[in-house]
Amino acid sequence: MTSVIETHNVIKTYRNSTALDGVNLSLEPGKIYGLLGRNGAGKTTLMSMLTAQGFQTSGNVRVFGESPYENDRVLSRICFIRESQKYPDAFTPKHAFRSAALFFSNWDQAFADRLVDDFQLPLKRSIKKLSRGQLSAVGVIIGLASRAELTFFDEPYLGLDAVARQLFYDRLVEDYALHPRTIVLSSHLIDEVANLLEHVIVIDKGRIIMNDDAESIRGSAFTVVGSAAVVGSFLSGREILHTDNFASLASVTALGVLTPAEKREAAELGLELAPVSLQQLVIRRTLAASTGDLNAVANHSLEVSQ
Amino acid sequence: MIDDSRPIFLQIAEEIENEIVEGTLAEEAQVPSTNEFAAFHRINPATAAKGVNRLVDEGILYKQRGIGMFVATGARAALLQRRRDRFFDQYVRPLAVEARKLGISPHELAEMVRSSESVTGGTP
Repeated sequence: MTSVIETHNVIKTYRNSTALDGVNLSLEPGKIYGLLGRNGAGKTTLMSMLTAQGFQTSGNVRVFGESPYENDRVLSRICFIRESQKYPDAFTPKHAFRSAALFFSNWDQAFADRLVDDFQLPLKRSIKKLSRGQLSAVGVIIGLASRAELTFFDEPYLGLDAVARQLFYDRLVEDYALHPRTIVLSSHLIDEVANLLEHVIVIDKGRIIMNDDAESIRGSAFTVVGSAAVVGSFLSGREILHTDNFASLASVTALGVLTPAEKREAAELGLELAPVSLQQLVIRRTLAASTGDLNAVANHSLEVSQ
Repeated sequence: MIDDSRPIFLQIAEEIENEIVEGTLAEEAQVPSTNEFAAFHRINPATAAKGVNRLVDEGILYKQRGIGMFVATGARAALLQRRRDRFFDQYVRPLAVEARKLGISPHELAEMVRSSESVTGGTP
């Protein structure tokens, strides 16, 4: 399958800092990708390179097989919804949607109208006077109704309340099901989006530290709780992500999948097993990457994906 | 509901299996589309499709092009047989482990199982 996005050793340095440190990625068409990572990890920088809103210091970026830079053939197929999208001063949401309709060939006005109702967005109020949540709603509506072949949502939820965020996720899944396209969703609210993602990319300090199918990540780690000595011997030889001790008890998160026989053994030893959510796993892996051996973590993520 | 312990596609497949075993989904009845599963559970449609396709591969469901997905005749019997095969490992063994931990003898345990029949409504 031809990749929608292909990056080779992309490096972006600012005066004193490295924002992207050798990013190699390949994104397939028709999937929902999650781009996860801490603030300042490089998510927005990466998306800016992919949408030609910034230029890499070195390395190679290909979108739809071409360089995106000043390339209308590529850019007309991309929609990038930034967290801090700027609009002309005099604009109302109505103006913003009209411009979007001109730019995006797949624009669906009926869908946009329905979303305006859903989000109860005042169409004729100046964008400057919208609340933070209403401003985010403008971006979400453009991102969904544009139906661009490649859509980036960079933390699109700022100021949206829980109800509005759920609305966004629901409309995204419904519309994606009917009109499959490549979506890259950058988010901190990992628990909220985890089940929507087909593939997960985690970036930390400009490096990719996880790059796997969401389904292979689910259940790729587990937590064992019990007497510290028993937990220790049960997990011997496994890669440990995190340990919490409390009196003589230990709660240890380890990578890997337990066989039914091992689960039985754990039960017979009086150990409790608990699943690890994607959010917990991302936190653990990010912390492990910044404190421990980066290569070990990267190598492991390769094993998981195979 | 969907949890974090296992791949979601397995959970979708199990949910459909449960409905077939319980009779909510009769044989030859139409199964909701993968998009309906995705919207209902708020999951990725490709993941929902993977769960449904697993049951198609196993012959529990069959596809009719352009119409949808249906429960195969004989699906319930096949699923019941599979669950019976797993019953010992899944239920009896953990029960025995817990009973031993609590000092409940096998005899007492058998007595409890017998008396639970009256609570759960006896033999089906």
